[in-house]
Amino acid sequence: MSAESHPAQPEGNHARRFTAIWLIASLIATPLVIFVLGPELPPGNGSDVASGQVTDNTVLLAMATPVLLLVVIYLLYAIIVFRQPAGAALEGPAVRGDTKIQTTWIVVTSILVLSLAAYGTVRLEQGYGAGSGSGPKPLTVPKGPKLEVQVIAQQWAFTYRYPGYGGVETTHLVLPVDQTVELHVTSIDAIHSFWAYQLGVKADANPGVDNVAFFRPTTEQIFEVHCAELCGIWHGAMFDHGRIVSAPAFALWIREQQIRFAPATKVLEPYAKTYSPEPTRRAH
Amino acid sequence: MSTTAATGTTQPTARPLWRRLIGFNLLTAVILGVGGYYLGWLIGREIDGPSYVFREKVNENDVALLLAYFFGVVGFLIGLGFANYPLSRMLGRPASLREKEQQGIGRYFGLCTDHKVVGMQYLVGIGVFFFIGGLNAMLIRTQLLHSTPTFVGPNQYLSLVGMHGTMMMGMMTSGILGPFANYFVPIMIGARRMAFPRIEALTFWLLMAAGFILTSTIFFGGFPTGWTGYAPLNTQAVMGMDSYICFFALVGISMCLLGLNMMATIITMRAPGLTWSRLPIFVWSVFGTSILMVLAAPTLIATLLMAALDRSINTSFFIAGGGGSSYLFQNLFWFFGHPEVYILALPGFGIVLELLPVFTRKPLWGYRLAVSGMLGVTLMSFFVWQHHLFVSGINADLRPFYMLSTEIISIPTGFIFLCVMGTLWRSRITFSVPMLFCLAWTFNFLIGGLSGVFLSDTPSDVTTHGSFFVMAHFHYTIMGGLIFAFFAGIYYWVPKMTGLRLNERLAKVHFWGMFLAFNSTFLPLFVLGFEGMPRRVSFYEPKFHALNVWVSVSAFVLGLSMLVFLFNAVYSLIFVRARAESNPWRSKSLEWQVPTPVPVHNFDQIPVFDSDPYDYGTPVTIGAAGAPAAAGAGA
Amino acid sequence: MSQSGKRILGVGAAVVLTCALIGLYVSSWATSMPPTVAATPVLGAGGGTQLTLETVPSIGPNYSPTHPSWVSYLIRQNGKWIHSTIFKVRANSIVHVTLYQYDSASGLRNPFLSQVQGTVGGTATIDGKTVNSIPPEEASHTFVIPEMGVFVPLPGIPEGAKTPCEFAPCEGADHRTVSFSFRTGKKGRYRWQCFVPCAAGTIAGFGGPMQTLGYMDGFIDVV
Repeated sequence: MSAESHPAQPEGNHARRFTAIWLIASLIATPLVIFVLGPELPPGNGSDVASGQVTDNTVLLAMATPVLLLVVIYLLYAIIVFRQPAGAALEGPAVRGDTKIQTTWIVVTSILVLSLAAYGTVRLEQGYGAGSGSGPKPLTVPKGPKLEVQVIAQQWAFTYRYPGYGGVETTHLVLPVDQTVELHVTSIDAIHSFWAYQLGVKADANPGVDNVAFFRPTTEQIFEVHCAELCGIWHGAMFDHGRIVSAPAFALWIREQQIRFAPATKVLEPYAKTYSPEPTRRAH
Repeated sequence: MSTTAATGTTQPTARPLWRRLIGFNLLTAVILGVGGYYLGWLIGREIDGPSYVFREKVNENDVALLLAYFFGVVGFLIGLGFANYPLSRMLGRPASLREKEQQGIGRYFGLCTDHKVVGMQYLVGIGVFFFIGGLNAMLIRTQLLHSTPTFVGPNQYLSLVGMHGTMMMGMMTSGILGPFANYFVPIMIGARRMAFPRIEALTFWLLMAAGFILTSTIFFGGFPTGWTGYAPLNTQAVMGMDSYICFFALVGISMCLLGLNMMATIITMRAPGLTWSRLPIFVWSVFGTSILMVLAAPTLIATLLMAALDRSINTSFFIAGGGGSSYLFQNLFWFFGHPEVYILALPGFGIVLELLPVFTRKPLWGYRLAVSGMLGVTLMSFFVWQHHLFVSGINADLRPFYMLSTEIISIPTGFIFLCVMGTLWRSRITFSVPMLFCLAWTFNFLIGGLSGVFLSDTPSDVTTHGSFFVMAHFHYTIMGGLIFAFFAGIYYWVPKMTGLRLNERLAKVHFWGMFLAFNSTFLPLFVLGFEGMPRRVSFYEPKFHALNVWVSVSAFVLGLSMLVFLFNAVYSLIFVRARAESNPWRSKSLEWQVPTPVPVHNFDQIPVFDSDPYDYGTPVTIGAAGAPAAAGAGA
Repeated sequence: MSQSGKRILGVGAAVVLTCALIGLYVSSWATSMPPTVAATPVLGAGGGTQLTLETVPSIGPNYSPTHPSWVSYLIRQNGKWIHSTIFKVRANSIVHVTLYQYDSASGLRNPFLSQVQGTVGGTATIDGKTVNSIPPEEASHTFVIPEMGVFVPLPGIPEGAKTPCEFAPCEGADHRTVSFSFRTGKKGRYRWQCFVPCAAGTIAGFGGPMQTLGYMDGFIDVV
């Protein structure tokens, strides 16, 4: 008789108790995650793609919370309740499976997972790549005027070129707020990765490849740029700070850069989507 | 069949030591290995040294080093005696099957075809390199107490990071198959040996040679690429990169052969009555892992060969300027790399599901579901690799597909969790040390798996790729998963392998120290990653300093817990030597029904199977209030 | 303890000792860095410190038995040339740099770096002439501290120079003299590097000495 396992408490009680604990915990935790933790999630709201990522991270965390609680609460429940009494050598019920539970689990997890995949795809394409480097031919492109900026990654610093402003190259990235940026990321030696944390942009820089990312900064701030792909000894030191400024301030700044870097602009290679890694004179 | 072969000393008269040392043994192997090394170096210098002017300028000769390693390994293997059998057969001598199985402790230090000896060799050998990898990790965490490279130089830091990752990935790939599958799969399936005993021994010695080669990288300047070895950085690197290439190539060969051997054994050598649906779940996991090993490892070997050619003779497989592509390396590497991480995960699934019935006194719940989970993971793991390349500028059309496939692979992974939970339902849990590790595995792998969902979603991946979030994810799945299962296996099976008991109190100290320190070390890394700290850096923003100090201190505690384990192992197995009962866990699995120590030929008579080994629990009758499906029914 | 137990113990002790020795060796390898050399204080008005550096085409077997053919930086202290790239300077002060460049040109990969930036006046004095950029194909090395925004390209010795340097310390051979000054700010450890792919023989010229502390990369410790 199943009375072997718990004489006074039949099967159903454990299931009801556990489900109740889990439901209550989930109903408390999930709204907390969505409304309290969510807005604080990285990478912040510095750009439209960053805000999109905050939403996606919130959704994922909200879906993960009940799952996490399910397994953790179950483990704790089992550890506390289903013990071998001290000194005893009892056996549990010889149950090898339950088709209903298994089918439900398969169906529910499949629905969850497939909907996540669909959601991710929609957000990816709606967000024009969601801040990721989408290669030389992105699937979806935002409409309207775009500021084209190139990031040249080299060992071990990023430099930035503005083709619309005479192809001037600078050591810091400054961008106007509320302007969609078309970022072209390339490398002239090893693989690097341009990661502007607060802007939610991450695009690998491969030699000879043009990697395009789209984003639109929404607040004036200072943002961090890090290299996110190991590129050699100073990979960790390959960082700098960029700024999002108002449009007039940007116009002022770029004019000042053009004047300041006039000698260098004269000798730069003509602006191109990729550059040959050969130096201007061969090593001998 | 008599199995009372006398153990230990079979030398009737004491031969002088110097005479006993002559022959095909480890000493000869080392001598021939060193000789081969210098021979290869000599050949390489002649081929390559003077012929390229600029090689003189950089003062490196990759061809020489690669040839030196190659000849060294060949010499090492010949010295151990691996060429004897093929050569003797080529000369027409009759086939012989056993080598050195009857000798004493010396057989653990050479070529021995007894699968139990190979299992023990693996356990100790992998353990040694695990500790070396751990030492590297301690040095890394010591450097990360500072936000600039003050303790360790920046190149050495990258070499440490690379060595830690590479050593762990290469060694722990065979971490469970090597010691435990080699030892117990033949016994569990009622066989007397593995299908290819000499190949089995070869896989072990290849791994040892490989580990030695990897540690020798510090003599050649280390390597700056981390364990992923991306081109074109790997082409720029100094000679230490060749150590990495040789290490992984040898590990790849070892993996391929190990998997082949396992598959052949499981398919062809099962005892009568052992149908596929009665196979222990551990053996199923080994089978799935073996499929992955055999299919994925060759890609790695080919990729490394191309990288070696790029480095040494200036081909341009991966150099954009020469017509190649840096993407080629990434894709080829991850085509191996993703199945590789499932090679690390599957044996963990197998061990946990195998041990749970023993300590819950219930049959494994959902056996068929667990098997489909494992096979599903095995199949799907070949279709997901580009999720490592979401932001790298791959063809944008492909990303939704890989997002889908990566999400789908979490379905079979979820089956394992359901089976764990089902086995725990209304059970009688004994909190032995192996059980504690299994429960910890469940918690850790859950966190690791859920964090993987973030990484598989491309927009979210933009936030977390290349950051410490990824580090936390894979440490939770690989260390929190595989290593915890590894220790579960050790505490569970050492009484059978050695006949001795490990001290229980020290074991519990080890477990709690490891579990708490592990979570304290790696949980904050999720935060660090989310806050924007990239991977593999020896510089970080000052705002991350406090959290890094916390993580480093926890890592030191984690290292200490490992030392507790080491002390326990040495203390209990060498000094105390308390005899273990022949079946201390009251397991119904076949390996616990044979005597300890396991006789050389495993069984006097080949057993006949009539059920799976999960005959626990009291039968349940249909019709009781709220009772589930009857025993034996359902999957 | 039994006979085999004693043997195991002996083996075990030997193993532990070996492991400890190996551990110590690895730790000492990991933490070895070139010596920190302090810049010479400048007396008189303005104060500050003086860094006297040189860049050589081959470091030579005396300074580096393992890599005698690598290009390298050296620093002069008390009249002697020291093979190190870790320099110590004072915070919130001015640093004067005089650099003797003995190597031939290899050309800049990114011609942007041919313009002098971040120095006092935005210029550097090369062989007596004050310039704010050099032709990019003439660059032999650069001295760049990215975090401080200091970028100084160093021109190579002219083609067909009569007495090129063979090994460090290169006294008396053909060279270019570059001098510039920059201001330091907060304390900290800043890295500096060369940006010219001068490691001939490696892919993209960036291997070997370009990625090794003590040759073409180093630290500026601002204290």
